[in-house]
Amino acid sequence: MLVGTLVVLLVAGPLLPRWAMFMLNVSLSWGTVVLGMMLLMRTGLVSFGQGLYYCLGAYAAGTLHHFYGIADILLMLLASLVLAGAGAFVLGFLLAKYRDIFFAMLSLAFSMILFGLLVKTSALGSTDGFGLSAKTLAGIPLGDWERNALYCTTVVVAFCAAFGIHRYLSSHQGRLAGAIRDNELRVEYMGASVRRVIHVNYVISAALSVVGGGLVGITIGHVDPEMAFWTTSGEFVFIAILAGTGSVLAPFLGATIFETVRSFAYEYSPNTWQLILGVTMLLVIMFLPGGLWSVFTRKRAA
Amino acid sequence: MAVVLEAKALNKTFGAVTAANNINVGIDQDSVVGLIGSNGAGKTTFINMVTGYLKPTSGTIRYLDRDITGMSPRQITRLGICRSFQIPQLFGNLSVYENLQVGVGIAARSTRAMAGARGQEREEIETLIERFNLGGYRTHSAALLPEGTRKLLDIAMAVAGRPQLLLLDEPTSGVSAEEKFRLMDMVMTALKLQGVTVLFVEHDMEIVSRYTHRILAFYEGRIIADGAPEQVLREAEVRRYVIGEHTPAHGGADSGATSHG
Repeated sequence: MLVGTLVVLLVAGPLLPRWAMFMLNVSLSWGTVVLGMMLLMRTGLVSFGQGLYYCLGAYAAGTLHHFYGIADILLMLLASLVLAGAGAFVLGFLLAKYRDIFFAMLSLAFSMILFGLLVKTSALGSTDGFGLSAKTLAGIPLGDWERNALYCTTVVVAFCAAFGIHRYLSSHQGRLAGAIRDNELRVEYMGASVRRVIHVNYVISAALSVVGGGLVGITIGHVDPEMAFWTTSGEFVFIAILAGTGSVLAPFLGATIFETVRSFAYEYSPNTWQLILGVTMLLVIMFLPGGLWSVFTRKRAA
Repeated sequence: MAVVLEAKALNKTFGAVTAANNINVGIDQDSVVGLIGSNGAGKTTFINMVTGYLKPTSGTIRYLDRDITGMSPRQITRLGICRSFQIPQLFGNLSVYENLQVGVGIAARSTRAMAGARGQEREEIETLIERFNLGGYRTHSAALLPEGTRKLLDIAMAVAGRPQLLLLDEPTSGVSAEEKFRLMDMVMTALKLQGVTVLFVEHDMEIVSRYTHRILAFYEGRIIADGAPEQVLREAEVRRYVIGEHTPAHGGADSGATSHG
């Protein structure tokens, strides 16, 4: 199913109108961020601060271009990964000690600290942020193919992320996520370290968020502190609940539907688009409490 | 016979309450030992100290000649001491198979064995399912199992950790009178095949006398009797404080016939 989706996206994407390709590109990038959130949610944790890594990813890619003139997509993503991965590793020691609302609020606090720092840093454009663009992919000049190359990169990154998480969740370590969500005490009494598993899952989730953030930054061509603001993190939580945590494909489906509803609602009803999103969420919670993906699992169960 | 577990001068206090009072005991390899006593006598406190949930106020616990006093439950489990719980501690949203898969997976990682050997893992899970008669519930969610089956799964998960010493906290509590012997027969047969030393807390004297080689009777944090079941269950202090028999004021027990104390 994963490979089929990859092939369809790679073949059909470039045939789409520019706006649709852009929307799909952003959706897949957001889906990658939400995939990381899904991993945390399976471990029983909800992060309201995923914007921290999303923003760090975008700023790391942007800084590389803005200050060092490096405009290679892979290098920008790699820089994002290294910077935010190191940050997540350090913060993970603290966050892995907390659960429930404390984890959610502490993660939110860190993203708001970043937001505050960026707003006050004029060298990084303060509230306006700054622009960036990609010119090469692994050293190969893109020329007019920039959009297509970026789209294909996003599809391949999203596929690798989904495949990697799928494999991880079926490994011994990955299976512990659900066990920890259900009963931490038992996991410890079976000889595994709950804190270590949460720490690893937190770093993986952060890595997916930075990559997603880097891709969105390059796709939009602009980064600003709003990416770390709590409403951005809230949108990731919104998508995760909308999509459900039943499959690694669910975050991508959720992000695509969210982006589509938002774009069209914003276009045709600019003053009430939040209302439309709210009603969508209400309907999903009422009729599909397991998220949109539960439609497929229900069919299979039937 | 080699001593697997040894507690020396073990004390545990919670404020003014003494939950363990100078406990000195050794557990022989391959033995089945029953811990009896009324509520609050110190049985579960003893188990909690051995498994690292509680740190003793003083004293030492040695397992296979290694000091395990104050170690975390995780470290102790990795050394080969596993436990089940009075209230089964399962992964409610996972199926019976997945519950066992988690247990077998952790044990494999701890012992660095079975890396990538999915076939061996499946075999181990199937053996546990067969020994604990869980075949009919393989795909059932653990949260929806009947109480007796929940107990069996809880014990099977402890056995999945490949223990050398297994501590069972009231394995038949909450299980119907008709079911409890069937459950214990199944558990003891499975454990015998595994070659495990067993220590279990139990209130049912029929169960204790039928399945153990030795009984430790607890009262107010102390061991008031230690020996073969038929001997311990005859002791006056045990009959009075553990079984709850009220002997007449001029009777032997009340006249101070306390052989231990």
